[in-house]
Amino acid sequence: MTAVQQSDVIVRPRPARRTRTHLPGRRAAYGYILPFFLVFAAFSVYPWLDTAWVSLHDTRLSTYDQSSWIGLENYRNLLTNHFFWNAFRNTITIGIISTVPQLCMALGIAHLLNYRLRGRTFFRVAILMPYATSLAAATVIFAELFDPNLGLVNWALHTVHLPTVDWQGSKWPSQIAVSTIVTWRWTGYNALIYLAGMQTISTDLYEAAAMDGAGRWAQFRHVTLPGLRPTILFTIVVSTIGAAQLFGEPLLYHNGLPDGGTQGQYQTLGLLMYQQGWTNDRLGLASATAWTMFLIIVAAVGVNLWLSRRRERHERRPGGRRRHGVVTAGVPEVTAR
Amino acid sequence: MNGGVLKGSRTTYALVCLITLVSVFPLYYTIVMASHTNAEMAASTPPILPSLSFFDNMKKALELAPLNQGLVNSLIVSGTITFGTVALCTLAGFAFAKLRFRGANILLAICIATMMVPLQMGVIPLYMLMARLGLAGHLTAVVLPSLCTAFGVFFMRQYISSAVPDELIEAAFMDGASSLRVFWSVVVPAARPAMAVLAMLTFLTAWNDFFWPIIVLSTQNPTVQVSFQSLATGYAPQQSIIMAGTLYGTVPVLLVFALLGRQIVGGIMQGAVKG
Repeated sequence: MTAVQQSDVIVRPRPARRTRTHLPGRRAAYGYILPFFLVFAAFSVYPWLDTAWVSLHDTRLSTYDQSSWIGLENYRNLLTNHFFWNAFRNTITIGIISTVPQLCMALGIAHLLNYRLRGRTFFRVAILMPYATSLAAATVIFAELFDPNLGLVNWALHTVHLPTVDWQGSKWPSQIAVSTIVTWRWTGYNALIYLAGMQTISTDLYEAAAMDGAGRWAQFRHVTLPGLRPTILFTIVVSTIGAAQLFGEPLLYHNGLPDGGTQGQYQTLGLLMYQQGWTNDRLGLASATAWTMFLIIVAAVGVNLWLSRRRERHERRPGGRRRHGVVTAGVPEVTAR
Repeated sequence: MNGGVLKGSRTTYALVCLITLVSVFPLYYTIVMASHTNAEMAASTPPILPSLSFFDNMKKALELAPLNQGLVNSLIVSGTITFGTVALCTLAGFAFAKLRFRGANILLAICIATMMVPLQMGVIPLYMLMARLGLAGHLTAVVLPSLCTAFGVFFMRQYISSAVPDELIEAAFMDGASSLRVFWSVVVPAARPAMAVLAMLTFLTAWNDFFWPIIVLSTQNPTVQVSFQSLATGYAPQQSIIMAGTLYGTVPVLLVFALLGRQIVGGIMQGAVKG
């Protein structure tokens, strides 16, 4: 500590961090954060608010500035439109098929990687390869693997004497195929996030549990899972947001067309919005879809948070299931997706 | 704490190897698919090894889709975004971590909240904005919105808060250094590891970005991801050509990943627990 600081403490016996207020750099700080807020205001806030405004108009690309006010007509149109409800249902089903198995597998993989393994860096890098593969490349590759006539998947089914599947034309198979692309790309990434969370759990807890006679499965359930709870919640929220916006996979799975299959069997809300806006030139309607998607995301995230909070409360209640007192040092932060 | 709790059994190794295989096999099989005709792939026992016709197919793919232009454009876009993001986010992260100013907490909260707003929300006005600025179809339109991310600001703030001692910064101020000088000679050297991690993650994200580029760019001036679309839209007579083109556009980033994989893994795991 310098003499200046000590005298300062004597004059004003307050917490030490106060000293920084009269250091230089206060005004400059605004300058340092300005670029972020400028970018954010110009390319996030303004478009976000303007989308709401556009959604109340009948807007075309060519006459963008002279669009006419139609109130909530776009929303009425949307909610009575079976294309919307089809895309809505598909977004939910694909969302479930692509995230639930994915996160469960990621948890299992993280558990495996948490053992002491030889060559563990190699394994970690290998399972992250799909994440490094771009969405576009992965989709083009999987579209070929799932090709009904030439694809490896149907060949394998045929080889083991199972009936081959129309992975493009039929509803559930095509949704499963699209979900497989998402799962392949993100499982390893989420596994590493879980692994990072697992490594913050103290080994003492495992030793204590083992001494209480807990087997490996019991240790996983009563030590690992509670310790990972914040991390799991975080991955669920991020995956939900990603699933609600699913766009590239179903677009490229059908030759780059936004109709999501010949009968729209895997058209998602993201695709529908793209189709309304850029194919059909109904920008107002597309904006209404965008805001509806946003509200769906907010609702979905809200439900997730509410469920987890309720669970937490339930388990804290006397008489509820006993929780091991894991100190969750690793509160996760949002990671770029 | 890298060792894990228990030693892996043989089953553990078998499972981990299986997972590795599932992760890598589609990429390997792309090479196989890229070197065989449709007829060969449809045979009752499809090939499992690549062949030299791969290079032929790659040539055909290059005639079909502007892949080279896409690669150059992607390099420009991702490089600029990475440079801008690392510079601006480190600066903003420094301000939030070490400088006291009025409204700092509220501004930081706003910054974090913006991570929740989905990008697709604003694409229509964003496109119109770029069109009015005369930037539609230009690489600048892809670079500008990603020039500084909330994630980056938060990531750098977390790192600088814990990695740079307050005493060091205070001492520098006592010596009469300006805050920019403190940033340059104290904070940047100390924050270099985090800057490297942020750079790798940003580059990967920018390189693989698809949604916004496909809206604002055309196949006349594409990033590599956009140029894949010209492959996928079905003018290719043989799937081998599509596969060869996809591989051609993917291999550069996979090579970089293979070289820096360890650091990227570390960065993702670090990002997950730094609270």
